[in-house]
Amino acid sequence: MGAQLRVYKRRIRSVTATKKITKAMEMIAASRVVKAQRKVAASTPYATELTRAVTAVGTGSNTKHPLTTQAETVTRSAVLLLTSDRGLAGAFNSNAIKAAEQLTERLEREGKEVDVYIVGRRGVAHYNFRERKIAESWSGFTDEPTYADAKKVAAPLIEAIETETAEGGVDELHIVYTEFVSMMTQQALDARLLPLSLEEVAQEAAPKGEILPLYDFEPSAEDVLDALLPRYVESRIYNALLQSAASKHAATRRAMKSATDNAGELIETLSRLANAARQAEITQEISEIVGGSAALADATAGSDR
Amino acid sequence: MAAELHVALVAADREVWSGQATLVVARTTSGDIGVMPGHQPLLGVLESGPVTIRTSEGGTVIAAVHGGFISFADDKLSLLAEIAELSDEIDVQRAERALERAKGDDDASAERRAEVRLRAATAR
Repeated sequence: MGAQLRVYKRRIRSVTATKKITKAMEMIAASRVVKAQRKVAASTPYATELTRAVTAVGTGSNTKHPLTTQAETVTRSAVLLLTSDRGLAGAFNSNAIKAAEQLTERLEREGKEVDVYIVGRRGVAHYNFRERKIAESWSGFTDEPTYADAKKVAAPLIEAIETETAEGGVDELHIVYTEFVSMMTQQALDARLLPLSLEEVAQEAAPKGEILPLYDFEPSAEDVLDALLPRYVESRIYNALLQSAASKHAATRRAMKSATDNAGELIETLSRLANAARQAEITQEISEIVGGSAALADATAGSDR
Repeated sequence: MAAELHVALVAADREVWSGQATLVVARTTSGDIGVMPGHQPLLGVLESGPVTIRTSEGGTVIAAVHGGFISFADDKLSLLAEIAELSDEIDVQRAERALERAKGDDDASAERRAEVRLRAATAR
């Protein structure tokens, strides 16, 4: 076999192996998207009920709570950025990071200090590489987040917002995550989680102008709100984590699908080249034989004369 | 037919139980509370504890609930909990082991959780 042909054959083999791997990753990601979507759906009843309850307390009483009151001057904000632990997901992480950076820039233009909290190794690596400060980070659960993980993330954030700004607390909490719109569309977006604007929550809970009943609070409206709001924040973070996980798997699936397609194309091109090389080799061999025998025939004809 | 409650017991990551009931007894921070159809709209904070639901068919559903709320309006009752387990889902031996461990570690909240689980499991 000619040298060139051997090189082509070797490349085809290696691309075929790569294609098998990306194909497998694509299928794994596809099954995980479905699982993650199911988890989002399973967490919806809790979130809906909780939103209803928060609205009921918020509108049914004029209780003031640090989690719902807007500070007069906001000096420090916290930004929670949700990324994934692993790459191979196209632009998934860079989109989320870009959204977080735009938000940070906007907040800093408004004269606020920004504390960054990050979930996922990718985001942490990005910030560490640029030697930026991270207030706190978590990783290891981004593929399949559980409610306990959301609690873990929410705890220091709620604590920071309850602390006075002068003592290192924050006045606002923003969250940047990737919304799972559909299998093909995922969108990085930012949302203000705290302070909670009860009007917005109310609109979410009862869009048709449904009137909420006058509740009896047990033990008291303040205590109920005290207990409800952290749960609400946790449930929102949990939902964001789940959506982010579903988006990540969808992005991985798409990235791996195009990798598989590209590998297929590459194999085709390489096979064509290999065939041409083999044909050229054969042609050359034939012409060598023909040329050789012609020379031989000429030589014998000459000696006969 | 007597009035009925529509009950939904929802944990953070799944719906645990839902159906019709005639009476729900739960423990709020200020004491046990029983809710029957026609109760005044109510929103309360639950203690870790067992919740008893008497279903319309005459059966009883018992669940261990941690860190939750009870909300009731228009004969619809929702029990929200971070963690909720039906009594027949609870593994008694595991709960006992968890209780032992919690006692050993002096972890009061874990001990309480395990105790509630055990109580709910043995009440069935």
